[in-house]
Amino acid sequence: MRARVLVRPKQGILDPQGVAVERALPALGFKGVSEVRIGRLIELEIDDPSELESISSRLLANPLIEDFEIELLDDAPAA
Amino acid sequence: MKTGILRFPGSCDELDAQLAAQMVGETVMLWHGDRDLQDVDAVIVPGGFSYGDYLRAGAIARFSPVMESVIEFARDGGLVLGICNGFQVLCEAGLLPGALLPNANRRFTFRQVELEVVEGDTKFTSACPPGELLSIPAKHGSGRFYADEATLDQLEAGGQVVVRYRPEQNFNGSLRDIAGVRNAAGNVFGLMPHPEHAVDALTGSTDGLRIFESMRSATQGAYA
Repeated sequence: MRARVLVRPKQGILDPQGVAVERALPALGFKGVSEVRIGRLIELEIDDPSELESISSRLLANPLIEDFEIELLDDAPAA
Repeated sequence: MKTGILRFPGSCDELDAQLAAQMVGETVMLWHGDRDLQDVDAVIVPGGFSYGDYLRAGAIARFSPVMESVIEFARDGGLVLGICNGFQVLCEAGLLPGALLPNANRRFTFRQVELEVVEGDTKFTSACPPGELLSIPAKHGSGRFYADEATLDQLEAGGQVVVRYRPEQNFNGSLRDIAGVRNAAGNVFGLMPHPEHAVDALTGSTDGLRIFESMRSATQGAYA
């Protein structure tokens, strides 16, 4: 089964990458953008999706500083 | 004292760590794929970019075979020093509290910093003259120490904050200016700046040597 794990910095933790992007946007003429946060998207193929929670909390994300969401993509064509 | 220095693919400060440790005893280089710690008295997890810092700094090195042995060694009371990337690895491994986030200044930064030794009565700082600052270099892109407020309070109350940046030198945005912490048992210490790069007058400061001298005293029983 294909799955996606979305990892993002926890609320309240400074995200310097997000700040850099936010500050770059006005130079391109986009004025109304704020609260930019940058995370990671991990796509994978997995035999046993019940393992995703453990995979995500032990390796893909560091739960001290990051939140994660798991998305199962049953209908997606195989890669 | 026999010190084992870990070497991961992507380590780059292991030779300086070895030279520094040789000033206070014998050393052996330990490859990341080996589990045998060769009866060392202390382990140094050196700086660099283990496994390319993929995913998060230290995240993958933490699961290497040698780290399984280091985790067991630390739980049995063995002395473990993590420098820079080594500090990140020890946090990821759960041997030290907190995490290291990308620098608030968004830059890889290399500069000499003056560290306040907050706790002088530890296995890693007993040789530091009370009240003196340690002048040693820092060079990293992800050195912003983070832990939640309750954990920070607990670390301060428990004497686990070992070294701090002077507030005006805290370029990476570490919470409460924390540059290095130890575990509750006191046998594991990690810091972002590099004491192993400050052991020879040729490079401007020998203050870093105090850390290695302290470890030697600890293994000789002074702080057992």
